[in-house]
Amino acid sequence: MTQDPSSTAVGGEEVVPSTARTLEVIDVREGMFGVHGSGDTSGYGGLQRPVAMPEASARPYGGWFDEVADRLEQVLGESVGAGAVESAVVDRGELTLHVSRERVRDVCQHLRDDAGLRFELCSGISGVHYPHDAGRELHAVYHLLSMTHNRRIRLEVAAPESDPHIASVVSVYPTADWHERETYDFFGIVFDGHPALTRILMPDDWPGHPQRKDYPLGGIPVEYKGATIPPPDERRSYS
Amino acid sequence: MSTTDQTQTDPYAPSQETTSGPVYTVTGQDWDTVVSGVDPDISERIVVNMGPQHPSTHGVLRLILEIEGESVTEARCGIGYLHTGIEKNMEYRTWTQGVTFCTRMDYLSPMHNEAAYVLAVEKLLGITDQVPEKAEVLRVMMMEVNRISSHLVAIATGGMEIGALTVMTVGFRERELCLDIFELFSGLRMNSAYLRPGGVSADVPDGGLDAVDRFVALMRKRLPELAALCNQNPIFKGRLQDVGYLDLAGCLALGVTGPALRSTGYDWDLRKKQPYSGYDTYDFDVITRDEPDAYGRFRIRLDEMDQSLRIVEQCVSRLRGLEGAPVMVADKKIAWPAQLAVGPDGQGNSLEHIRHIMGESMEALIHHFKLVTEGFRVPAGQTYVSVESPRGELSCHLVSDGGTRPYRAHFRDPSFSNLQATAAMSEGGMLADVIVAIASIDPVMGGVDR
Repeated sequence: MTQDPSSTAVGGEEVVPSTARTLEVIDVREGMFGVHGSGDTSGYGGLQRPVAMPEASARPYGGWFDEVADRLEQVLGESVGAGAVESAVVDRGELTLHVSRERVRDVCQHLRDDAGLRFELCSGISGVHYPHDAGRELHAVYHLLSMTHNRRIRLEVAAPESDPHIASVVSVYPTADWHERETYDFFGIVFDGHPALTRILMPDDWPGHPQRKDYPLGGIPVEYKGATIPPPDERRSYS
Repeated sequence: MSTTDQTQTDPYAPSQETTSGPVYTVTGQDWDTVVSGVDPDISERIVVNMGPQHPSTHGVLRLILEIEGESVTEARCGIGYLHTGIEKNMEYRTWTQGVTFCTRMDYLSPMHNEAAYVLAVEKLLGITDQVPEKAEVLRVMMMEVNRISSHLVAIATGGMEIGALTVMTVGFRERELCLDIFELFSGLRMNSAYLRPGGVSADVPDGGLDAVDRFVALMRKRLPELAALCNQNPIFKGRLQDVGYLDLAGCLALGVTGPALRSTGYDWDLRKKQPYSGYDTYDFDVITRDEPDAYGRFRIRLDEMDQSLRIVEQCVSRLRGLEGAPVMVADKKIAWPAQLAVGPDGQGNSLEHIRHIMGESMEALIHHFKLVTEGFRVPAGQTYVSVESPRGELSCHLVSDGGTRPYRAHFRDPSFSNLQATAAMSEGGMLADVIVAIASIDPVMGGVDR
């Protein structure tokens, strides 16, 4: 997680200074077989592996990415890294813009309406839960498509679990209606300004948000030919 | 709604009082008893709940319709009846096992589900360029056969829902031929898990290409028959034309893609615009029409099947020149160690491979065991890959934390987005036209609910 020093703290959480790290470490995994404490006799118990997502990129991003960033900076009147767009990540030929949760509707409005940007289709919204990314546990990921310019970009908006609010983009992209409801249903992200934010796939009275990492998969052990096979989330895992 | 006299005793259509008015349960052929219980001078609204168990709602889709006489004033969808937690389950299986889950989402286009996922895994691994040509050609061929089978079911069930049973029987008869091709190539008629990260699960079977040739020849004869049955049929046109109208602005605002978008005249097809799996090397046309209604979408599906046959023919001729070429990536740290073969007890690993790991090489056994139980690791990061499924843009958002399992897999299913257009397409129209409008976007609930 990289936090820009100038970005405001959300939800009363402390902002981690960015100078300390270069990689976006979101977690550190230990051991080899998903066993912790004294149970691991494999000799791999001391193994430590940091989980790091691709870090923020510096200019130039390459290709049309700079064109989009320049145009966006122009219409927003602020540079990438110092305002609504907190950072930009270029990875595997895809551009991800990290956007602040209060301003995502504004940014989408510009991305849709400006002729130089013209991302007219919101392809979808999905959530990702990073329980160890302190203060930014819940991420909503917007996939935008510009048919005019034949380009795709991704917006990533983070919110803390303690205050899971993100501005809704339904007024800009009507198709986001069901996608935001789905993200609310599975991750508990509350999209402020959504016309009717209710559960969509789970029953209305369902407790919890099933796609969060701390929500168990569930299941029962299965007996097959005399052996008992535990449910998938209790089987051996390679951390 | 006034209920002065509730004296009906029909046990199958009882009514009950609730806080929001009387609720009637209608089970078929008892509409008269309900109507007789309703005050003819009603000024209040009637809300009809249709589905989720209803033969005309295209699956377990629940429609909540507010009607005035036979006109629909408001239409809303209730979904979630087929939610199976596929995305959550995939987080607890290896990257390769994920294919068997996502193939079950949109059960009418399993190959496209697999393709979106597999292409996303390959992009995360950075091996997109290393996938062998033969595997890519096989993928394209299976996807196009799948497009034909999916469009046939769309037309068949759409016909059935308006009472054209012959269209249904013809459509399903032809679809059977497509499933035979799947069975021959992958061993399974549906949910075949044929595409794997790095390639495909099995090489072309003996006589496989000849079977595809016969299939193409038969379809070239039978598809025109289907067209002759429907295209100028006055009843068919009367039911479909000007129903479910949605223009380009509506499509883009509501995120509608696929045949519905192309029926507005916009030639948006990811196979041409953002080619994958070598689609840019095939010769085919994108079908568009300037009739953004149910009839235009029907004609587009019909014509797209012809184009798919063209692609399948090109695939067969390429495969004839690729005999003996590999169908799995060369990197042994990613490639599934064994090819599938049919044994006496059904399908499994090829006997040669079993002999090799059990009798000849300890290292090969260890390698097999590690790759099958632990799987390969995928470098951390995220990607978003889209393919053109028969229903529109099908995308996979895949996040890896560097482990042996997907950290998060999300599918943007076209049916999910397209179904949001139900209200725009059917409000203000007749009750019977709601069915036609929904059939024209062809939602598959397995994909909507995942």
